[in-house]
Amino acid sequence: MSNSHSPHLHHHFHSLEQQRQASSLGMWVFIAQEIMFFGGLFCGYVVYRNMYPEAFAVASHQLSIGWGGFNTVVLIFSSLTVALAVRSAQLGKKNQIIGWLVATILLGVIFLGVKCIEYSAKWEHHLVPGIHFNYEPHYTDDALHESTGSEHGTDHHPAPAVYPGHVQIFFAFYFAMTGMHALHMIIGIGLMIWIIWLATKDRFAPEYYAPVELFGLYWHFVDVIWIFLFPLLYLIGRHVT
Amino acid sequence: MNDQIDHHISPIRTYIIVFMALMVFTGITVWVAFQDLGYLNTFVAVTIAVIKATIVAWYFMHLKSSAKITRVVALAGVIWLIVMFALTMSDYAARSWIPFPDPW
Repeated sequence: MSNSHSPHLHHHFHSLEQQRQASSLGMWVFIAQEIMFFGGLFCGYVVYRNMYPEAFAVASHQLSIGWGGFNTVVLIFSSLTVALAVRSAQLGKKNQIIGWLVATILLGVIFLGVKCIEYSAKWEHHLVPGIHFNYEPHYTDDALHESTGSEHGTDHHPAPAVYPGHVQIFFAFYFAMTGMHALHMIIGIGLMIWIIWLATKDRFAPEYYAPVELFGLYWHFVDVIWIFLFPLLYLIGRHVT
Repeated sequence: MNDQIDHHISPIRTYIIVFMALMVFTGITVWVAFQDLGYLNTFVAVTIAVIKATIVAWYFMHLKSSAKITRVVALAGVIWLIVMFALTMSDYAARSWIPFPDPW
């Protein structure tokens, strides 16, 4: 197979195959640094969760598994539609690329809409870190016993099961991590609009569809981040209550 | 170079099966969160997430049909992540080993 005269082949590449592998390698290098970027947030999360496990569990119970689970399904479904968009690009089916990307945009918007509902609920309940943060600690004997974690807790003064400040740390992580994730999705939706525009201009062919393929990698990566965020933020200590 | 390597186009069926598998694992991760496994709860949750991420990377992100160098870069991202966690956690874990000298 001779690709040497393809109009899609840039002069500094040997073949379309090499060109394709180079672009995909470059995208993976970007994703590797994205792993480190989100990894820093996850690392901080692990440190503070180890320090205040009860506070993190109590704070996690403030989040809605219904909304979080719904969004997980929406995002994984959007990964499927993007995978099908890339497949359509491989087959050179322009209208299908556009169709699957429009579906992905809709799913992304649904995800962000749910996120808005969740954020505004946190705002109303004064769970956004800052001067308006207000979490009422529960004073219960059981919780006291658990939080001190000792047998000689009887002669202690009643102490809150968790300290509001520690709950606030959880919400700082919640907003930083889900916010950064949502920002990636907003950028992704912008990229999709650009790629749809390119598709309408007939820029893609079975031998060249790098923007679609690389965007697919980006969107799947954003999905992977959520796959970790969902259990680590929404599902902590659910077996306790 | 293997010219066929990237021309492999997965059938739609593969993507549907991958999607279903991810849904099943999502269901399991929610269910298992309500089971009392003691300190294993977090371990199980993260393990399921790692399995799901691997499935996404292998099938949706085409590592299955990617060049070896691409797979190495993907793996390098994970390895550096492990290095960052290992060094950070060894610091926090070891801080209590050496008692702080009384400053005054």
